[in-house]
Amino acid sequence: MYKATVIVKRRPKILDPEGKAVEQGAKLLGFNNVKKTRIGKYIEFFVETNDKTVAEKEVREYSEKLLSNPIMEDFEFTLEEVK
Amino acid sequence: MKPKFGVVVFPGSNCDHDAYFAVKKILGYQSEFLWHKEKDLKGSDVVILPGGFSYGDYLRTGAIARFSPIMESVYKFAGSGGVVIGICNGFQILLELGLLPGVMMKNESLKFVCKDVYLRVEHNNNIFTKSVHQKVLKIPIAHGDGNYFADKNTLKELEANKQVLFRYVSPEGNIANEFNPNGSLNNIAGIINKKKNVMGLMPHPERCCDPILGDTDGALLFKSVAENYLS
Repeated sequence: MYKATVIVKRRPKILDPEGKAVEQGAKLLGFNNVKKTRIGKYIEFFVETNDKTVAEKEVREYSEKLLSNPIMEDFEFTLEEVK
Repeated sequence: MKPKFGVVVFPGSNCDHDAYFAVKKILGYQSEFLWHKEKDLKGSDVVILPGGFSYGDYLRTGAIARFSPIMESVYKFAGSGGVVIGICNGFQILLELGLLPGVMMKNESLKFVCKDVYLRVEHNNNIFTKSVHQKVLKIPIAHGDGNYFADKNTLKELEANKQVLFRYVSPEGNIANEFNPNGSLNNIAGIINKKKNVMGLMPHPERCCDPILGDTDGALLFKSVAENYLS
């Protein structure tokens, strides 16, 4: 079995109003060095297979079809074998 | 012949009854609810994907609803020329499904905006606005994710093919940033597909059909569809 961790991020050129709003909070707290806050999604799940190629294929397709929207988001993932 | 409207109900839809009420009780057309887990469109001539927060807007608006069993039938129906209207969350679902191009992002202001807006009817080259003779319509919006985005080429194509159907404007019909409630590119409020049988719009025409509530501009769109859906 594999544990998958997917991170979905808005494309760099896409406006991120949430990131902008959170950064305003950072400024209020006095974190003046904080710049370019971007908010994304962290998704984790298990894939029930012992074949890493199968797991990779499934995670990639799941990420492409549902977890991210390719028009505005990119994704990256890692797989960790769990015994 | 009067068309039959089918109103899809997803878990989290909240404008399904408004849409049903508007087309059936106010405008007098046949109407039926279509549960998202079913595949039968029950002989609908026009399918409405109503507003709301299907699946709690989890992941992205419309992202999960787009995989509901009924959407397979709606996709085929649209492919064979069937008329589909997506209102607000319904529009977001059509974007996720790929029946319309682009994506909805969070409103630029980060606020949920609920108010009347003015829309300029850009074209009458389709059944949705063919019989709409007013140039500017007053229809309410109520959304947090209505900031329309598409890449440059898609946007260019939409404009060139006259697929941008409604834009946010002043009461007189002028385009300006101050009348754009959500940051949408080119003040886009509603679009149609190339074949002109699928429409998505963020404003809620079903909320302004009943004379007792004041405005009735929304009824013009449903009437136009009913008058022209066979053509």
